[in-house]
This record gives sequence, structure tokens and C-alpha cells, in this order.
Amino acid sequence: MSPVTAAATQAYQAPAGGGGFPRLLPPAGQGTDLRAHLGLHGPVPYRGSAGALIADVRAAGLTGRGGAAFPVHRKLEAVAAARAGRAIVVGNAAEGEPASHKDEALLFLAPHLVLDGLQLAAEAVGAGRAVLYVRGDLRARARLNDYLPERDAHGLDRLPVEIVWSPNRFLAGEESALASRVSGGPAVPRFTPPRVFERGVDGRPTLVQNVETLAHLALIARYGPGWFRSLGTPDEPGTMLCTLRQASGSVDVAEAAIGTPLATLLDLSAAGAVLVGGYHGAWLPAAHAAGLTLSNAQLRPAGAFTGAGVLAALPAGRCGLIESARVARYLALESAGQCGPCRNGLPSIAGAMAELAGPDPHPRVLDDLSRWAGLVEGRGACHHPDGTVRFLRSALGVFGPEIGLHQQGRCSAATGRPFLPVPAGPSTEADWS
Amino acid sequence: MSGITSSTALWYASRATGVVGLVLLSAVMIIGMLVNRQGRLPGLPRFAVLGLHRNLSLLAVAFVAIHVITAVADSYVSISLAAAVIPFISSYEPLWLGLGAVAFDLTAAVIVTSLLRRHIGRRAWRAVHWLAYASWPVAVVHGIYSSHDMQSGPLLYLGLACIAAVLGALGWRLIRARTGLPRADRVPQLMADQGMLARAGDR
Amino acid sequence: MPAKLSVNPIACTGHGMCAELLPELIQADEWGYPLISGQPVPVRLLKQAKRAVTDCPALALRLASQK
Repeated sequence: MSPVTAAATQAYQAPAGGGGFPRLLPPAGQGTDLRAHLGLHGPVPYRGSAGALIADVRAAGLTGRGGAAFPVHRKLEAVAAARAGRAIVVGNAAEGEPASHKDEALLFLAPHLVLDGLQLAAEAVGAGRAVLYVRGDLRARARLNDYLPERDAHGLDRLPVEIVWSPNRFLAGEESALASRVSGGPAVPRFTPPRVFERGVDGRPTLVQNVETLAHLALIARYGPGWFRSLGTPDEPGTMLCTLRQASGSVDVAEAAIGTPLATLLDLSAAGAVLVGGYHGAWLPAAHAAGLTLSNAQLRPAGAFTGAGVLAALPAGRCGLIESARVARYLALESAGQCGPCRNGLPSIAGAMAELAGPDPHPRVLDDLSRWAGLVEGRGACHHPDGTVRFLRSALGVFGPEIGLHQQGRCSAATGRPFLPVPAGPSTEADWS
Repeated sequence: MSGITSSTALWYASRATGVVGLVLLSAVMIIGMLVNRQGRLPGLPRFAVLGLHRNLSLLAVAFVAIHVITAVADSYVSISLAAAVIPFISSYEPLWLGLGAVAFDLTAAVIVTSLLRRHIGRRAWRAVHWLAYASWPVAVVHGIYSSHDMQSGPLLYLGLACIAAVLGALGWRLIRARTGLPRADRVPQLMADQGMLARAGDR
Repeated sequence: MPAKLSVNPIACTGHGMCAELLPELIQADEWGYPLISGQPVPVRLLKQAKRAVTDCPALALRLASQK
């Protein structure tokens, strides 16, 4: 672990046995196999009836860790209203965000917590089917196929778990795209309403939860809501996994209590700006970020949010406009192409950003960007155009001085080498399924 | 000169309205393809093109209705009303008349679902509307072979003109298919066209 | 009972029929897609709004009454 993440964990003693810190990630030296998991946490603590876990989840104040931070108990209640055996639960490990690695790390380091959580959620909503939706190219893929028979042999799982592979696309983890894919179609968003908790996979009420959320659920079921609230803030309790991209270039996944200062997680001494929340998130100036904590209470007023825990420190010698233009192009290529405003607007926006990142931007490029941003917002079936506009507007705000430089034909960057990870090349229709 | 009986008049009326019905149906097909491909007719706003498609189809239905009723009412040949809607049960020219009944049924399905389109939903309406591509050729074959009218003379040329026009429009429609690319490929194609795939803000 | 217009952006293919029929409430953007006023449909335009919904070639427009 890098020095920064070790500092984050040093504040909390990790006692032997489960319930210490880190909570999700296994303590140092701990194995990740089933025996180690059972030794640490014990077997799956089924409650014996549907709906029994929901009150604990409500008391714990668990919110989704997939980016939207929606109260988990409300999703559980909505799906639990369905007829017994009708609902479907899906653990979402699509991790379409290129800058995020936390779900992959979790499946590698604590797969059984995730699988426990899937079973407990299934019991809570009276589901008849359990699915794990996993990005097809994850390294953890091969091992997952071994875990399930092993759990079966120990009699841990009440419902058989189906693994459905998701394509490596930004929108593949969007809940209606997930429902489409698990139903056998392409992983593209569908028009809502109805939302997936009413009609999702195969028209059935579907509970979609990020795999990290399920892992937290598995721990709340064992140690209780009071334990869960012992870390974090009163309004945003618990811990969350973060993908930390340091200015040095090193990338770590760390678990942090909500409310941890950003300066503890990221080394901001050599950074000019920080990207918070991923490619649908927002840029913040490094000096501003240094005074904020990892919490929506502090980030939202600054125009950002915790999202899926992506924190990236842009080194001082890089041009934020070039990085943002590269991301804007990626986001345009990741459009499902279903809605006219997104299909037309995002490429236009990406073109304008590339113009702005270049040495001689057209004088009207800022007006064009503003117009197109207004034209795509809220006019897609999903929130891809909205997230893209949020990212874009924050870039234009934070890198305003850089815009001035570019308009004079200069750039403050020492290098144009890419810093943020952007997958290469456009994909084709086949990549959606 | 032999008297023109009312029966003969009915028979002629049936044949005449049949021909007009076929011409109108051909026009409806062509304008329908125009609407689908977002094409325009000079000087007409889009809703007028759609209105033309709709009104001509209702007019065609009127002519086909008279065509059927006069054929049934006429005693020159024996065609029951049932045979007009149930295919292949007539004693007169069961095959060719039967095709007329098929075309009638398909067209009726298209018309009824279109009148109710707000209530049956997009997918159901679209699925039935595609049947129009089946009903027109069936109507054409029925028109050519049910009587000898369209097999010679001016009516032959009229028939050929209708067929050529619809096939020409179909060719135009296929070429003009804007949705040739799957949707997910359209953005990469657009960006490639704009030279954006190579540039991409790299320096 | 107030009613609002909305569009299914996936079904919409930018025919522009709605903008022609109801220019008071719907404009076409620079790509041909509808920009719909968020205001409730005035009573005098209800009939025209219903016509726009029925006439949309893609059946993408909907008129929903607000509760």
C-alpha cells in the first residue's frame, strides 16, 4: 500500500476477527479464500424471513456505493413488495468507469462478502433468482467460477447464483442497461418509467445493487446498524472504497471512513486539480479540495459528489483541458447512440473540447460548448449526457486560466502525455452484447 | 345492342372501383415510405404529407368497400360476402378472389390498428403496419388475375405504372435508409467522418 | 386536469411532426429533435396536443395528466 493509504488505516486499529477496520478489505496478511472468510466473519447470517433485514439496513443508513448514493432500505422495500419468488436481485460489478477499480478489487479480495450480501438481499426481498453481473474482462472472472461450487459444498447459498458477463462499456452498469443485458439483450439503457425495481429483468421487479453495497450489507447483517454507524458521519455513515490515483501515477484502492479529509487520501502537494467522482463527476482546484472531506455534505456545495469513490489528483505539469478533452471524446464514443440529442450533441461537444485543448481554438468555441451543453442536458433516456455536461462545466470552470492561455496559443503543460485512463478506440455494436 | 342490366352495371362498377382502389393503394404505399424516411413533398409541411397518406388510405378503403359490395351484389357471378373476407372459399376464381380477400384482411388490420394506434402501443402498431408490404403485392396479383381487365390495353399500362412506381419508391427507401448503421455505431462513424477519431486532443 | 407533454427519446427519430403541429409548445433543436416546453398544456391547445401525440410517426410523444 502507498504511504497515503497506510496513513488512512493507521488511525484505526484492526483487531483480530471481523468488524474491525478495514471492514471490507481483509486485514493485512489475511487470506481471501472461503476458509479465511468463514473464520473471520462466520457463515451467512440468514434471518429466516423475507423483509427481516430491512429494518437494520434502514437504521444503519446504508446508501448505495455505485455512485447514486440512494438509500438502500428504500430500494429493498420497493422490491420486497413483489409477490414471493418473483423478484430478482443483481449484484452490479460492471464497473464501466475506467478510472474506478474498487469493484474489481473487492471481488478479488472479499468475494465472499459480496456473495453473502447477494444471498441476504435475496432473502430480504423474497427473490426467486440471484445474478452477479460482472465485467467480462476482470481478472477475478476465472476465480468466481470456483467460488460458487465451494460455497455450495458448504451449504452457504440458498439461491444459485448466475454469472452474467457485461461488456466493457461505460454505460453497461446503468441499471436499465443491466436489466436489458441480463434479460438477454444488449447492455444499452432503456426508456424509464417503469424503473427496474418495478419492471426490470424479464419484466420482473429487480433489485440492482453495487457489489460494494452488498458487501456492506453482509457486514451489517452480522455486526448490526450501530456498528456500521461507528465510522463515518451521522448523515453519511460507514466506510467506502475509493480508487486513488495519485499525482505520482500510482493507483490504489483504499477503504476510508466517510468524512476522511481528502488531503489524507491524496497527496495534493504536487497536484493542480482533483477529479472527484469519476468521468461523470467534477474537477476541483487542488487547494480547494485540500480543505474538503470525503462526504457529500462537503462535496455537493463545491459542485462535486463522492460517487463511486474515484479520486484523481492531476499533477501540476499537466493540462486539464487536454485531459478533459480526451475524456469528453471517450464519453461521446460511449453514447449508446439511441437518443438524438446525445448522439449528435456529445460528438459536437467532444469536437469543441478538442478544439479548446489545441493551440488555436476557434473564438466561438466556448459559446458552442455552452449551447450544446444546454441542448443535451436532460434530453436522453439515461443520465449520460447530464454527467458529461457536469464534468465538462467543472473543467471549464476549474481550468479557466488555462483556457485563456490556449486562446493566446500557449499551454501550461510540460507534457501532453495522457494521465487519466481512457480506453483506446471505438467499439462496435457487437461490444454491447 | 344488348341491354345494360343493373347487374352488368354493378359488375363494371366493381371492376372500375377495384382498379381505382389499386391505384390509391399504390399511392398510399409510396407516400407511406416517404413519411417513414422523413422525405418531403415540395411545398407541403410534414403533417400534410402524413395527412395525405392517411386520407388516401381512407379513400382507398372507401373504393375497396364499394368494389367488394358491388361484386357481392352483382348476380353475374356468384360471390358471397363471406368470400370477400374469408380467403379461397368462393366458387368463382377461388384462388385470385381469395387473394383479394387476403389483401382485404391485411389492409383492414393495418387500417384498424392505425385508427387505434394511440391505444395499442408502438411495437404492436409497427408490427401490424409492416403487413402493408404484404397486402399491396397480394392486391396487385388479385387485380391482374381476377378479371382480364389489367392484362391488356390502357389498364395494363396503368398497372405496370403502379408497380414501377411502388418498386421505385421501395428502392429509394432502401437506399435512403438512415438507420443502416446500428445505433451504437453511429457515433463512432460520425466522429470518424469529422476526423475526430485520430485527433482526440492528443499532442 | 393539467397535462404535460413528454417524449421517449429512444423512440424519437426526429421526424419533427410535433414541432410543426404544436409550435407554441414544441421547437425543433438544431438536429431536428423536439424541445418541449415543461409547462402544462393550455386548455385551448389540448386538442392539437392530442393530435400531435397520435400523429407522431414513431409514437414517441406522450401526454400525461399530472395528478
